[in-house]
This record gives sequence, structure tokens and C-alpha cells, in this order.
Amino acid sequence: MNILNETTITLDSRSCNEAYARGAVAMFISSLDPTVSEISDIKTAVSEAVTNCVVHAYRDNVGKIRINVRILPENTVYIRITDKGCGINDVKKAMEPLFTTAPGEERAGLGFAVMQSFCDAVSVRSTPGKGTSVTLRKKLSLRCHNV
Amino acid sequence: MKTVMQGNELTLFLSGDIDHHSARAIRETADGLVQEKHPHVLKLNFADVGFMDSSGIGLIMGRYRTMQLYGGMLRVTGVPDELRRIMELSGINALDVLEGGKGNEYS
Repeated sequence: MNILNETTITLDSRSCNEAYARGAVAMFISSLDPTVSEISDIKTAVSEAVTNCVVHAYRDNVGKIRINVRILPENTVYIRITDKGCGINDVKKAMEPLFTTAPGEERAGLGFAVMQSFCDAVSVRSTPGKGTSVTLRKKLSLRCHNV
Repeated sequence: MKTVMQGNELTLFLSGDIDHHSARAIRETADGLVQEKHPHVLKLNFADVGFMDSSGIGLIMGRYRTMQLYGGMLRVTGVPDELRRIMELSGINALDVLEGGKGNEYS
């Protein structure tokens, strides 16, 4: 992978950090001069992934969420969100729209559907009892600037 | 949050970011007001909402169910362009709660 720029942040799985995660990623990719829509899409996808860590991975505990962001050639953004939480038993089921293991908390079960809609590619790797890694990829439009 | 009660219609003017963190407080305020004022129509105005993820969809769905239980209605108004996509993705428009136009209806 030809990585042009990279950052990794680690945060507690607290809901008050959801906004921080979105903002940090948005700020890091701003060097690619994304459109308002692109920033919004990426912030939303990151928010879904991080919320999954807070709500599901660590449930009633607090653990660490690691977010690794890479700028790749051709204006491509790569974001990996990793946790060491409970993991997902059935990834395919978990990614089904409207499926949720927390219905009592007004969870829409749309986290993965949003990520898939707003990004070019989403991949999920998980080991029950060990943790989960969600990878998002999005190619941003090339913006022409007058030099 | 700004709230306006007009006749049997209660409007809540939401603002800022609606995510998992902020949704809880909004839910508690909304449910408290609905229990107190018994509106026939609950309107959620999104004109000042700058960001929303699917927690906002959960919030809307929860209020929809609550109003249905009371025999009332939910309306979602003032949806900014940036939020239309996630609303459409969630299929909320199929519930017939979305009201067109974006604006701050204070009158």
C-alpha cells in the first residue's frame, strides 16, 4: 500500500468521544479538499463504526477504540476502526439492515448499511471474544485548482 | 431546545449534532414533554441540525412508535439537504412523516 499520509488515534469507548472521532478524521482528510458531501459521508460512516464500538463491542465497559486513517494515491481515504471488544459471532447477520442486538435502546440497525452506502467499500473482520476491525474506503473526487 | 406548543401540536426544534451521545437527552426531553402536554401531533424540526447518523433515525422511529401508542402523529420537518440521504436510506419517507421544505417555522 502506497501511504501518502497516515494518523492513528486511540480513544476511550465513551459516547462523548463520538463527535471527537468524526471531527478528527474529517480534519485529517481535509488536506484532500473534500466536498461538503464527502466530508459528511465520511463523518457519518466513522460515527456509525465508532458507535458500534461504544454500544456493542464494549457494552457496559469502557475499552479502547483505535482509528487509523491513511491517505492513499488517487485521492483515496482508508479508515480502519479497531476494537478489542466482544466481537461479532455472525458478521453477515450483523451487516443485515435493520438487524440489531440492542433493540431496547432505539438502535435502528442501520450502521453497516450507512457505512456501505456512504463509502466505496466496507470490510469487517471479527473474532468473538477478541475484537473487531472495520475498514472503510472512499475515493474522493479530484478537485482542480487554479495555480 | 426550543419547543413551541400550538393548539394540539408540539414542535421541537432540534439543533447541533444528533448521534448516539446526544440522542438520549433529546429522547428524554421529547418523551417528557409528550407525556406532560399530550399533543396530537409531535413535530421534529431538523432545520438547525448539522449532523445526523443512524442514531437520529432510531430517535425518529422511537418517537413515531410513541405517538402511535398515544393515537397521535409524528411529523419530521425542515430536513436540510445533507440529511436527506440518510433519511431516504432508512426508508422513513415510507412512513409518511416527512414534511417538505426546509425552514425555521417559528410562527
